[in-house]
Amino acid sequence: MAEFRMPSLGADMDAGTLVEWHVKPGDRVERGQIIAVVETQKGAIDIETFETGVVESLLVAPDTEVPVGTVLALIREDVPTIASTPAPAAPAPPSTRVEPSTTIATAPVAAGLRISPRARKRASELGVALEHVAGTGPDGAITTEDVERAAGSTTAPARPPTPTGMRSAIAAAMSRSKREIPHYYLWHSIDLEPALQWLAATNERAPVAERLLPAVLLVRAVALALREFPEFGSAWRDDGAVPPTGIHVGFAVSMRDGGLVNPALHDTDRGSLVELMQRMRDVTQRARGGGLRASELSDATITITNLGDLGTHGVLGVIHPPQTAIVGFGTIAARPWVVGDAVLVRRVVEVSLSADHRVSDGHRGARFLRAIEAQLQHPEAL
Amino acid sequence: MTDPTIVTYREAVRAALADALRRDERVFLMGEDVGKYGGTYAVTHGLYDEFGPERIRDTPLSESAFVGAGIGAAMGGMRPIVEIMSVNFSLLALDQIVNNAATLRHMSGGQVGVPLVIRMATGAGAQLAAQHSHSLEVWYAHVPGLKVVAPATIADARGMLWTALEDPDPVIVFEHVGLYNQKGELPIDAGPVDISRAAVRRLGRDVTVVTYGGSLPKVMSAAATLAERGIEAEVIDLRSLRPLDDATITASVRKTHRAVLVDEGWRTCSLAAEISARLMEQCLYDLEAPVVRVCSVEVPIPYPRHLEQAALPQPAGIVAAVLGTMGGR
Repeated sequence: MAEFRMPSLGADMDAGTLVEWHVKPGDRVERGQIIAVVETQKGAIDIETFETGVVESLLVAPDTEVPVGTVLALIREDVPTIASTPAPAAPAPPSTRVEPSTTIATAPVAAGLRISPRARKRASELGVALEHVAGTGPDGAITTEDVERAAGSTTAPARPPTPTGMRSAIAAAMSRSKREIPHYYLWHSIDLEPALQWLAATNERAPVAERLLPAVLLVRAVALALREFPEFGSAWRDDGAVPPTGIHVGFAVSMRDGGLVNPALHDTDRGSLVELMQRMRDVTQRARGGGLRASELSDATITITNLGDLGTHGVLGVIHPPQTAIVGFGTIAARPWVVGDAVLVRRVVEVSLSADHRVSDGHRGARFLRAIEAQLQHPEAL
Repeated sequence: MTDPTIVTYREAVRAALADALRRDERVFLMGEDVGKYGGTYAVTHGLYDEFGPERIRDTPLSESAFVGAGIGAAMGGMRPIVEIMSVNFSLLALDQIVNNAATLRHMSGGQVGVPLVIRMATGAGAQLAAQHSHSLEVWYAHVPGLKVVAPATIADARGMLWTALEDPDPVIVFEHVGLYNQKGELPIDAGPVDISRAAVRRLGRDVTVVTYGGSLPKVMSAAATLAERGIEAEVIDLRSLRPLDDATITASVRKTHRAVLVDEGWRTCSLAAEISARLMEQCLYDLEAPVVRVCSVEVPIPYPRHLEQAALPQPAGIVAAVLGTMGGR
């Protein structure tokens, strides 16, 4: 029997609220299938299962906050067929087990809860539990007025408003970073002229949907440089550096209401640039719409922060624990640039590295930045 | 007419036409029976005598031919106003309007525009039977390259035409047959009005009712009934059907949290459907109740008066739709 647990979706997450089950006991699930939605300080996240099998029981009711690691459900894994079994592949007898109706400990929210979209939003802001709110809207739907009336009758909101939640998550992560991580900072200017010229020529030949933005080159260059300098992708856990299992670049996406998340692009060093561009668009959109997967929130091995579109010259980032490095890009600007004996106009970008001195030294950091620069001098190989 | 400032919608359109013909010698009017007969709906009555056969031109009964001629004249530097008797008949000119008028600026790389104004009567209520009574505005509102407007008030009937003529691209003006006899005050100094923004015709806090053209008087009447019951409806007159003024509509719905859309077109693929979709895209989390549409029944508009009235949006149905969004209130 496999245990499906409340995952940790960030270094500072210690508890999460189960919002919704997508499955019920007896359902078949496949590895990678989204089976639950969990509300964290960074918003509602879809959670995948790592098992293939049948849901045995659901142990936690929706709207319950539980610590990270709590078993949420039991999944009966598929038993592999054993070759030596004498019986010729007899199908397993159908389960005779009757699911008790009391599997879920507390009263669940009715699946078809009738509530207006505005009222649902307001309820989550006020932390109102909806089970006991009587609806006075069309067909008995719960309206915002009903929610506010219910909120007025309770003393304190059960959950903090979401934007504040995200703010406090950022506060916790960044305070911990500055308290614990001995940052060192490096700064480098990269001539982007060859990369941008290659980009313009490539885009000219490409259908509109496949055109690339400069950001995708920067992300890929960092990913490829990480192949040579894997230590910048390691995590710091339990007083030691844990080497990365892959190259998953996270990139900071600012939210329209303030705050930010940094979803991971899995295996950023692989696949075509067009595909990477599409993934970046997709993930950005879902980050802002609240549809990120758990793995996207927790798997980043390094972060890129890019404030170039605001005209900012450069940025020295704060490392997001347990990561051990963050790369910052500023705006791409035309500047006087010395090539040989001549001063030419070249488009240049400032790249910075903030890295954890417990894991790496400035010497390696400088070479890491040089590697990023080298990648960008050969854009056709990105 | 005792008070010179009280005019009918028909007279307001006629005043706008006469004003345009006087202001700009490139302006001329053509269509079926617009000249000697004075127009099927008597809108152009008297213009033939004042401006003569060169500028008020009767055409053969071929919508494709005279709309095509209008497009050519517009491309050649004139400012034609083409009248099509009814939107039902405009389907014969659909190729000219959709494939030529709407596309030529784009297809010529901006070299050639079509500054054409097409006026059409639309809508039911006059017992003219199915082939003269449909509301097909949305067919044109679907097409990039066209602007589509629907004056619902005396002031808009007077003011939209000149602005439409000044537009460098084709503009279609829909005049609802039920409005021609409406009377209202027209300021002495009435002149051109914008053709891009929706107008809030009545302020309210409880529900937004969006409508246009011939349905506006019905919605205003429904809003008065609702007010007696303590429900304040905000009434939005779209005025421009393409482009739609999302900002005005969404600002109102964000205030009232409820929306009822009243559209004389058939429900399926209607303007009401388009606005409903935009509200889902832009205002979902502001909504307190499902968006409700009040449209025509999906039948060819009947001839008998009682059946025709039953097929169209009516104040009682609008009131009921609004109450439906209010739940227990």
